Amino acid sequence: MIATLAFIAIPVAARAEGETIKGTLEKIDGDVHEPVAGVTLTVERDGELIGTAESDAEGNWEIPVPGAGTYAVRLETDTLPEGVALTDPERSELPNLTVRANQNKTARFNLGPGLVTGNVSTLDRLLELLVLGLKLGAIIAMASIGLSLIFGVTGLVNFAHGEMVTMGAVIAYFFHLSLLGPQWPLLIAAIPAILLTAAFGWINETALWRPLRRRRVGLISMLVISIGLSFSVRNGINILFGGEPRTYADFAVQQPIQIFGVQTVPKNIFIIVFSILVLIGVGMFLLYTKTGTAMRAVADNRDLAESSGIDVERVILVTWVVGAGLAGLGGVLEGASETVQWDMGFKLLLLIFAAVVLGGLGTAFGAMVGAFIVGVTVEMSTFWIDASVKNAVALALLVVMLLIRPQGILGTRERIG
Amino acid sequence: MNWADIFFDGVLAALGPVGAAYALSAIGLNLQFGYTGLLNFGHVAFMMAGAYGTAITVEFGGSLWLGVVIGVLAGAFLGLLLGIPTVRLRADYLAIVTISIGEIMRLVARSGFAEPLTGGVFGIQAFANDFFALNPFSPGARYGWGQFVFQGRALFVTLVGWSLVALGLLLTWKLVRSPWGRVIRAVREDEDAARSLGKNVFLYKLQALMVGGSLGAMAGVLLAIEQQNVTPNSFEPKVTFFLYVIVIVGGAGTIVGPVVGALIFQFLFFFFDSLMLSAQGQGYLDWAGFDATDAAQVKLVLVGLGLMTLMAFRPQGIFGNKEEMLIGDT
Repeated sequence: MIATLAFIAIPVAARAEGETIKGTLEKIDGDVHEPVAGVTLTVERDGELIGTAESDAEGNWEIPVPGAGTYAVRLETDTLPEGVALTDPERSELPNLTVRANQNKTARFNLGPGLVTGNVSTLDRLLELLVLGLKLGAIIAMASIGLSLIFGVTGLVNFAHGEMVTMGAVIAYFFHLSLLGPQWPLLIAAIPAILLTAAFGWINETALWRPLRRRRVGLISMLVISIGLSFSVRNGINILFGGEPRTYADFAVQQPIQIFGVQTVPKNIFIIVFSILVLIGVGMFLLYTKTGTAMRAVADNRDLAESSGIDVERVILVTWVVGAGLAGLGGVLEGASETVQWDMGFKLLLLIFAAVVLGGLGTAFGAMVGAFIVGVTVEMSTFWIDASVKNAVALALLVVMLLIRPQGILGTRERIG
Repeated sequence: MNWADIFFDGVLAALGPVGAAYALSAIGLNLQFGYTGLLNFGHVAFMMAGAYGTAITVEFGGSLWLGVVIGVLAGAFLGLLLGIPTVRLRADYLAIVTISIGEIMRLVARSGFAEPLTGGVFGIQAFANDFFALNPFSPGARYGWGQFVFQGRALFVTLVGWSLVALGLLLTWKLVRSPWGRVIRAVREDEDAARSLGKNVFLYKLQALMVGGSLGAMAGVLLAIEQQNVTPNSFEPKVTFFLYVIVIVGGAGTIVGPVVGALIFQFLFFFFDSLMLSAQGQGYLDWAGFDATDAAQVKLVLVGLGLMTLMAFRPQGIFGNKEEMLIGDT
């Protein structure tokens, strides 16, 4: 009997006998075949980078992959030389290329004389990244407000917040595409997704955190409990939803449009505008409604709020429901702009933390400001650094902030103690 | 279902080299979390520093032994680097920064531009031949009784691993009984009180983070040597999570707690893994539509629920003292 001693899955690399993905890039213009050199190709699996290569003078390229499996191969269209373009502009990515053991799989991209040039000016590229950054910021903001407000009213740093983001995206997927579901359009499927995630927030507070507070369980213990919850829910979603990333059918493929001289897909603009409207709504709610004011009062000083007649437990419950609903909405937006995956929320959690700390833990407006700073910085940094480590920029921001102004942009000094 | 096989899968996993590595890593985490009250949620980063420190040193022509030293020092250095911006702040900030740094290090190690150094997603292999050259047992032979059998190669790593665990326990025991140990416990109980007695709390926390980090790095070195392979995906955040379960099950802030926790955790984890896979193989889980991957995932859900239940109802673990576990809370 061979005991299973590998505690953690070790993907054994088999580069020597090796599976690879390869191809030859040729520009075909009538009968003239002409190799295309210097084009960058990337292979990814589950959204994580496996390798990149550049086509050589004969147009050949080859990327080794760590084993049999399904990979996504992308041709970076902005590296195409002038006068060369994909014959089908939407086929710049082959999302499901199956590689068998020891296979050298060929990935085929058809190139022809382009109508548009592949070259983009520096300014245009920066503006494009700015739009992507604003979009990412909007999604992070949705998820961060809840985390920050829940911290404000209860003192709990909820590590399971990312799972509510995933939940929103997955529930919308169920109502949108699942064969067991009603197969509504995404815009309608988003409604039950937000409501059910908000309900999950309600259950979270009433079934878990309120009883724990009653039993006087300490904040650090609660933090560890939230990590346990995050782990359980995340893996539970993995069982139900599966490990493969999936995309919504609506808005999946869009023709880029020009807006203020920036080329981008319409859904990005929609996400940014829609999110800003929601954020303004949340801001108005916090500033001008009784419940919103009560929320800020409890976050500021719980005892004082309680003694002036505010029902603190009710305020905490409302905070959970609103925060969870917003996180669910963030999940739907992230799912529409990227893919739906069982650990998408956990991956976003790092950026959410950076945003919340940057803006000041416990403040809703700080979380919004922090989210946009993080989103824009992360996306724009890809102009200079490798996109696979763009999230490290968020961490760098976080650490610098902790060194110079630990309370965050809008935080107050005594909170960090 | 063959219950004996399932049982011995658990036993061998608990007593094997990986069990030893987890015990050692948990000893380091216990020093940080259990004794000093530092919420280090990126302990896997220290293990990664150790494993990569060793592998990269050998890759660039250093000897394996130099690599081990560099790996352990890398752990201590990471503790310093992480500690300076965060240990002055409240516990949650350390948790946030450490969980982030663990992920960032993994992303950087697997990225294309770090590939010349780290081997990217493929990692680095076959760097520990010097270690196995010292193996007194014949690598392929089987040692043991009945189903309780280790191969010679695994037996060697296992013995070295548990010897390191014993040294780690001795170190913890010496440290926590020393004046230094009393100060770090005082820091955990009441930072202001320790400060008002003139203790430099910042330095003590930093030292605890570095010592615990070196123990974690040593565990990473052990894992890397055992597998002759380091790849970024061995260092996912869930490793830290398992270590927390181990420390809390055994009893945070107790000397033998991490070792007992590691034995129990590894046994249950692999017992259950084997049980579920065997049940799935026999078709007992078909009603739920479970394939082998799903069956393996169920145990992860249960581990999470287990941690929540423990933390809520018995935060002191099996051997811990409830008074010792009221970490930093008011």
